[in-house]
Parts: sequence; C-alpha cells; structure tokens
Amino acid sequence: MRVSRRRVRAILHKELREYRHNGFIIWTMAIFPLIFLIQPLVVVFALPASASAELSHEHLLLYMLGIPAIVPAAVAAYAVVGERQQGTLEPVLTTPVRRQEFLLGKALAALVPSVTVAYAVYAVFLVCVGLFARPAVASSLLRAPDLLAQLLFTPLVAGWSIWVGIAISARASDFRVAQQLGILASLPTAVVAALLAFDVLHPTLGVALGLAAALLAGNGLGWRVTAAAFDRERLITRTN
Amino acid sequence: MRDRDGRPPPAGDGNAPALSVAHLSKRFGDRIAFDDVSFEVAHGEVFGFLGPNGAGKTTMVRTLGTLLAPSAGAASVGGIPLTPDNGVEIRRRIAIMPESPGLYLRLTVAENLECFAGLYEVPDPDDRIGRALRAVNLVDRAHDACGTLSKGLRQRVALARALLNDPEVLFLDEPTAGLDPVATRDVHELIAALSRSGVTIFLTTHRLEEAERLCDRVAILNTILRIIGRPAQLREQLFAKTLTVRTLVALPEPGEVFAGLPAVDGWRQDGPATYVLVVSEQAVAAPAATRALVAAGAEVLSIGHQQHSLEDVYLRLIDQDNEAGQR
Repeated sequence: MRVSRRRVRAILHKELREYRHNGFIIWTMAIFPLIFLIQPLVVVFALPASASAELSHEHLLLYMLGIPAIVPAAVAAYAVVGERQQGTLEPVLTTPVRRQEFLLGKALAALVPSVTVAYAVYAVFLVCVGLFARPAVASSLLRAPDLLAQLLFTPLVAGWSIWVGIAISARASDFRVAQQLGILASLPTAVVAALLAFDVLHPTLGVALGLAAALLAGNGLGWRVTAAAFDRERLITRTN
Repeated sequence: MRDRDGRPPPAGDGNAPALSVAHLSKRFGDRIAFDDVSFEVAHGEVFGFLGPNGAGKTTMVRTLGTLLAPSAGAASVGGIPLTPDNGVEIRRRIAIMPESPGLYLRLTVAENLECFAGLYEVPDPDDRIGRALRAVNLVDRAHDACGTLSKGLRQRVALARALLNDPEVLFLDEPTAGLDPVATRDVHELIAALSRSGVTIFLTTHRLEEAERLCDRVAILNTILRIIGRPAQLREQLFAKTLTVRTLVALPEPGEVFAGLPAVDGWRQDGPATYVLVVSEQAVAAPAATRALVAAGAEVLSIGHQQHSLEDVYLRLIDQDNEAGQR
C-alpha cells in the first residue's frame, strides 16, 4: 500500500488549523502541562540544599513524561468521534483518502503540538531550576542521562498515547467519553514514568532500552491495529 | 496517470455506462435498505433518484460511493467494478455532496477547500479552488469562516468542494434541501451547466418538480426499484390520457354524445356537468368531442387535457406500496 504524503499533509494541516480555533483543545494542551510544571517546581524550590543527596537517587525530570502521556491522549480522543459528531467525517471519507493516511494525519497532528508543548515545558522547568533552585539541588536534578531519556522518550510515549486515544475515538460515540477513556488508558504510562522518577523502578540502561523497544513496537502496531479497527461502515451509519 | 487537469483517465472501453447497477442489495442485519436494484446511467445523464424517507436513497449513494459495502449484487462506477480493492480508484473519479454539508465550521471557505484539494491530490490547487469558487459565486466569501455562513452559502461551499476533482460522476444527495428559492435556482443552474459539460449527475431529491425539471430520467425507489424512465414516459405508463369536458348544464344524454367518437375509448361523469373522456389520441379526440357537443346543443365551458405531474406518478406508486403494506 502506497501512503500519499500529500493526503496525510492535508489532514495534518487541517487539524492544526482547527486546533488553533478550538478553545477546548488549547485549554487541554495548556492545563495538563501547567500542572506537571508547577507541582514539581513548588517542590524543588522548597527543597533545602541538604536534599541534594536524596535527590541523586531520584529522576524527577522523568516525572514530566506524564505530559506526553496524557496531553496527546486527550487531544487524540477528538480525532474520529469529533469529526463524526460535527458531521465532517462522511465528506472526508468520500475522498480517495485511505484510512491509514487519515489516521496518520490525525496522529501527526496530535503528536506535533504535544511534543512541542512537552519540550517547551521541560525547557521552562530546566531554566527555572537553573535560575531559582539551590545550586546543589539544581545539579542533582539536571543530569545528562535524564535529559537524554526525556528527549528520546517524549515522542515514543506521546505516540503510544495517541494511538490508544485514536483507537478509543474510533469506537466511541461521544467525544467526552472518548477523552475520559483516553486519559484513563494513558495513566499506566504516566504511572510507570512516576515510578521511574521516584526510583521505585530503578531506571537502568536495560530498563530504558526495554521500554523504548516496547514503545517503538507499540507505535508501529498501534497504527496498524487502529487502521484495522477503523470501520468506515459503522462510523458512517452510526450503528454502534 | 492523470490528464492535464488532474482527472484520472477514463476506465473501461468508453462505451460503458457511467453507472451500472445489477441486482444490488444492502441489508443492515435484518433491515433491508434496498433490495435487488438494477439500473444504468449513461455518461452525461442527469439521473433522478426519488423515494420517501427511509426508501434507501442515501444508502444507495453511500454504497456506490464505496462508503458502504453492498450485501449482494454487482455495480460499476465510472467504468470501475465496485469492489473493496477499487475503493480509492472509484473515489478519485467521483464526488459526493451529502445532504448535510459537513464543513469545518472553524475554518474559512478557502481552508476547507484546500484540505479537500489535498485529499484529491489535485494539481495546481489554488487555480482549482478559484474555479470551484467562481462556479458557485463564492469568490468574495473565500476568507469567511464557514460557521458564519448561512445554510444556503454552506450548501454552495459543499458544492464547490464536490467540484474540486472535476468528477466524472457527481452524487448530489438532496442538494437543495432547506434552500430559499434564489439559492435553489442557483443550484439548479449549476447542475444544468455541469450536465452540459458532460458530468454525470446522480441526484436524490424529495422535490419532484426539481427532478422533473432537471433529470433526463428518474427512478423511484421504495426499498425496491418501483419504476424507471423519462418523466413523460412514466406519466404515460401510469396514467391514461384524458380530456376533461365542462358544460354549463349537465348533458341530458352524455352517452349519446361521447359514444363512438374517434380516439375516445370511454367516458365517466366527474361532477354535475363535468365529463372525463379516456382517449388514445388527444389531437383527434378533442376536435371530435367539440363537434359532437356543439351538434348536441351543449354550452361548452372548457375542454382540456389533464397534465399529470411526476408528483402524481410518485404519489400513486407510494400509495400503492402503502396499501399493499396494509393488506
């Protein structure tokens, strides 16, 4: 099967344009990252310099992987059921677009802003910690391996959440239900990130590689499984 | 391969009909949407598809548009067999305007069309969008958000969207539903212009005068295909030709006046001084009846033939179905 980049781009551009005008999506993209930014900052600023020894066993930065876990799931939940509810799905499906192209465009549209927002929040966190936290605390928090893991795992975690969100969206009959289920389904990923952050699960190189492999496989499978579950007939006739 | 305008090359031998449907059925579980429907539509024809709510018209459009898989039967669209593998190829050659415009209301008219130009992979999309907007007289509203447009204007945007890929077959599902008379006239003129340019149009409508005015042939569907033909042909098929004679006072012996007249097959009284003659040839029967009435000393108020509309045809068929359903 040949995937038409132009058709994928058409869906992607349309989605990004719609996000710009959709206050609900903008709020979703703003609120969760703010929660994930403010809460650790408050904790970090309150830490005395003596806490640096304890912090060296934790990976607080990884806690923020909750952003790419939750934000894209909430956005992706809108992907199919949102179109269906506003009556725009049928005209799109009457064009030559293949379901794989349609879903890929939708996924990229959720991925691009989610990853951008996540990276922006990390940057703000790093700048705030560097400027305002006690130097000993800052040096315990800002470690190169954690930063690298953060950068690499963000798109992988976001991708997985997006496919879960779109799969739910393709089966749901109401957008709000899809969003709640999408966030619920992304929680295990956020919990794993939190367990790693607080050293309940010890983040070794092996663990990192294993998780990366699992997420990569999940992303590849997610596209195919979601495409296979995308049933034009059911979506058009609304026989749930 | 596409031609200079980005239109896919014609499929088949060129003589194949634009639409060919043979014993097509669609069921949703136990419910039959349409059953054993067969018809053909020639290239450039405007084909009307009529029927009451729930008759299966929209399901037929969706099936031919590859959105739904038929339960039985065969069809070809634009010369391409309707099979799951041919879905993309068929959708490249057709356009469907659903009853609800389905526009992205937060986006502008131009942004909506840009999205669909990309999905159809049309070459030179700006030029194509400009042409589509000019065709529906919406150039000056290109940068307005669709959410700010009236229902009629949204319908025109949906029509512009359906023109983007220069379709071989254009499916219009109730294109004038809810439009005011001016907007309706604009849509009618556009359909006529498209037909003149060789586009095959499959029009589902409830507006029978619209079908009568625009369509070369019509089919009436009520789960099964009830009748198909040119509107005039259907009238002749269902209704006997009649002449209605009205006199000032009742004729004392109407049987003597009307019996034996050339081209008059029978007559009945339809009121105190009104008579309906069943005729085989109106041009022969009318002068003969006039002469006979004058010879009988009748004071004739009018002699006219009854013009049955497509609506009469439609209502008679649907009434027959309803009566059969009650029995």
